[in-house]
Parts: sequence; structure tokens; C-alpha cells
Amino acid sequence: MRVFAKLTLTEIKLFLREPIAAFFVLFFPTLLVVILGSIPSFREPSADLGGARVIDLYVGIAVALTLAMVAIQVTPAVLATYRERGVLRRLATTPVSPLKLLGAQLAMFGLAAIASTALVLAVGRLAFDVRLADNFPAFVLAFLLTAAGTLAIGIFVAAVVPSGKAGNSVGTILFFPLMFFAGLWTPREVMPEVLQRIADFTPLGAGERALNEAMTGGWPNLLSATVLLGYVVVFGFAAVRSFRWS
Amino acid sequence: MTVIEVRNLRKAYGDTVAVRDVSFSVEAGEIFGILGPNGAGKTTTVESISGLRRPDGGTIRVLGRDPGDRSLRDDVGVQLQESGLPDKLTVREALDLYASFYPAPADWRALTRELGLGEKLSTPYAKLSGGQKQRLSIALALIGGPKIAILDELTTGLDPQARRDTWDLIEGVRDSGVTIVLVTHFMEEAERLCDRLAVIDRGQVVALDTPAGLIAGMDTEQRIRFRPSAPVDDALLEARPEVRAVIRHGAQIEVVGTGNLLHAVTSVLAVNEIIAADLRIEQASLDDAFVQLTGRSVKE
Repeated sequence: MRVFAKLTLTEIKLFLREPIAAFFVLFFPTLLVVILGSIPSFREPSADLGGARVIDLYVGIAVALTLAMVAIQVTPAVLATYRERGVLRRLATTPVSPLKLLGAQLAMFGLAAIASTALVLAVGRLAFDVRLADNFPAFVLAFLLTAAGTLAIGIFVAAVVPSGKAGNSVGTILFFPLMFFAGLWTPREVMPEVLQRIADFTPLGAGERALNEAMTGGWPNLLSATVLLGYVVVFGFAAVRSFRWS
Repeated sequence: MTVIEVRNLRKAYGDTVAVRDVSFSVEAGEIFGILGPNGAGKTTTVESISGLRRPDGGTIRVLGRDPGDRSLRDDVGVQLQESGLPDKLTVREALDLYASFYPAPADWRALTRELGLGEKLSTPYAKLSGGQKQRLSIALALIGGPKIAILDELTTGLDPQARRDTWDLIEGVRDSGVTIVLVTHFMEEAERLCDRLAVIDRGQVVALDTPAGLIAGMDTEQRIRFRPSAPVDDALLEARPEVRAVIRHGAQIEVVGTGNLLHAVTSVLAVNEIIAADLRIEQASLDDAFVQLTGRSVKE
């Protein structure tokens, strides 16, 4: 446990030493909420959104964005770099299993995502009066499902790409369509019917829907939960099968 | 006491046989060298001993245990090629982190002083020179206070001074009771450090002896070159049974022969009251032994 804590602490330090990645994970989602919340019309209830305000939706989208940054953008690049540079290979010769390092990385990413999400929620509430409904367990469930589904994809990408650079590129290529379906540019509530149906089956579309439902007091719908679990199982299995240590 | 026992090791990657048939044993407290040209199967052999690869055939015992036994990781320190660290991890953080992996770690501050890394503790890994990275890698292999240290291409990338310092360090480590397995293609290193050597070529052990034994085992000629203080008749030298040929290089004479050639030449010169200036004796080196054993130079 002491070793795991030390590994995690080291990973946190290393993460904070990459200022650009750290900024995008920790502060960019909050910045997005602040910018959109500064537009007066986004703070008015909208009939198109069933009386909700645009900013209400974007707090949930910003949480999905946090998870996309961590799982899709950063994870494949960092893990593939560790393999490419022989960090995992060196670790395999010590008493500490490389699996422990992967665990420490996931713990670090989890902590970063939680910190960023907490900041998004706090700013959303204090600055723009976006309230989390009283169903906090539902929000935690939606958050965990979305995190697990996207991380499974990120780890799978890390497993199959040949290098850290390739991991970074694939992550970026996946990031934009996935965030599109999460409603980063057009919230799913105002997407055409067809796009909404497609979004329901994408990891971040399903994740955003589940988060939004939890924030408005409900529970994640069965379809979104099933889709996210499906991503965990399929990509998690594929990642375990294809992961190489060196 | 035998600490590593390798019997008929075999390992193939697809159709490529990396190790065909390798057997040797390493005794406690010795520096055991594995010498061979690139692609001979040296690295695959040590990776198998380190438990990183599963052999296709043969048996390996390390301290009486299977190399896959994770409890061995406490007792065996490994420095492999192509194993790095995260770019922004500092030397101090790396040493402190890796020390925490072991039940009874060595004092990493003393290690860094001996390895000349004392000034670099706050430097991130990416900013270290090739030689400094190599030295850090050695430090990490020794940090667990191992019973056995496996060092692959220990001094590659080091400048001559750093290489000699590293050799001193390795001798010091051995003197403290650690058994060392050294993979190398530097003859000078093998000759200076190794108690015994296995020469591996094309996946097989072609010779296993002390460095002196390997050299003595060759039927090689010696060459003596000198500049005589007065003219010498070639026939006087050629009359001695040890001398095979006398070759002239301007004012210099080169005598080729076997056995106690030096005595033969100096006694001829003494009888004729000739003084030999700039006398040089060219003896066979481990390099020559290697070429004879493998049919190629180690640098190929």
C-alpha cells in the first residue's frame, strides 16, 4: 500500500509537470462553463430545452469533457509512452508489478477528474446557480459509468498503438467526434432526432445523457447505462488481451 | 555455491531462433561475463534469467528458484537496455521511488556519490546525458541491495573515464559479496572485470573459460618489433626454432614466432652485443580469441 501511495504521488507530480495537459484536464472544463455562463441569453430558461437554461446543460457537458480529456486524450499518450520508453519493462524487473503502476495512473487520473469535476460543479453552482439535484448517488453512478467506459477505450488505444505519439494522435482524432456527440458544440437536446439516436450509442453521448439525468434528479436511463457497461466490457477485454508490457 | 544454473536454454521468436542451446552456471561472488556479437542471443539469455521471457526449452534456476518466481525480484537487480524512466522524473525521485520497492534497499545517496550522480539529483531524466542515464540505470539495478546483479551493456555510451569509474564501482560491488552477470561486447571490459566468460555466438555457447584461459587456448603467434642498435643478420634469428619469420620495416625488425620467443630474440641480440630499442611485444588479446572462436569481430 505504501508503494502504491508513493507511485500515485509520483504520477500526480509528473502530471502536474505537464502544464498544458494539466490545464486542459483541471481548468479548461470550468473555463468553458464560465465563458458560456457569461453569455446572458444562456442564463435564460429556454422553451426548446423544456424550460432548462443552456448553462444548466453545459455543466453536465463540462463534466463529460473532463472525462474525455483524461481518458481519451491523456491516458493513451501517457501509457503508450511508458511502454515505448521501457518504463514498464524496467518495472517488470523489480518487486513491483507494472500493473501497480497502471493502477497508480488510474488512481491519479481518477483524482484529477474528481478535482476538475468538483471545480466545474462548484463554479456552476456559485456563479450560475446550476444546482445538482438531490440525487447525488445517481450522479456518482453516472460519473463512474462514464469514467469506466471512456477509460476502457483509452487503455485499449494505449494497448494497440505503437508509440506515445501515435497514442496522442489517435486520442485527439477520437476526442472530437466523441465530444460532438456529448453535445460540446450542440447540446443533444437540440440535436436532430437521428443524431440523438446515434449519440445514445456513443460513450460520451450516453455518458452526458446519464449525467444530465442524474443532475436533474433522475437515475441514468437503462439504455445509457447498458451502452456504457458494454464499452467497459468490450474494450476492457480487448485491452487486457492486447496489452504489451514492452 | 552455484547461484544461477542455465541448462539447454532455447528461445525462438516466430521462425527466428534467438537462443539455440545455452548452458552455463554462475558461482556465488564471481563476475560472470556473457560475450558475443550483436544478435548472438545475449540479451534474450539474460532476459530469460531475469524472468522477463519464458524460454521455449531448457531449465533455469536462479538462487534455486524459477526465474518467474516474483520473490526473486527482491534478490536480483537488473539493468537492461531499452528501459527508461518518465522524462520529468528527477534522479532523486527515481532513486527514492525505486528504493521503496525493496525490503532492504541500499543507501542510494552513497550509490549516487560512487556513480558520480551526486550533483544531478534534481535533474529530470530527460535532461541527463546518455552516460548519466546509464549510470542512473546501474544505480537502480543496485538499489535493492541485490544478491545478484545482471547488467546488460553496462558501459555503452559512457566516455572512457566514466567507463573506468564504473568498472571500479562494479569491482567494489562484487567485493561486497554480490554476484554479477555482465553482458558486454567490450573486450577490455571483459578482460578487466570478468572471472569467467561464456562466449555466445548464433545462439550457442562456443567457449567458456577465464579470459586468460580463452587467450591461452588459441594457437597464436607472437610478434616482437624492435629497432636494433647495429645491423643484424636475419639468418641469426631464423636459426632459432622459436622464430618462424623475420620481416623488415625500414629500420625496424619484426620477428614472428611461438613459444618463448622473447627469450630467443634477446639472447641472439645479447650474444651479438646488439641493443634493441623501442621493443614491443604484440600478444594475442581476448579480441583475437573472440575472432578465432566466432569467425568475426565483435564489432560486426
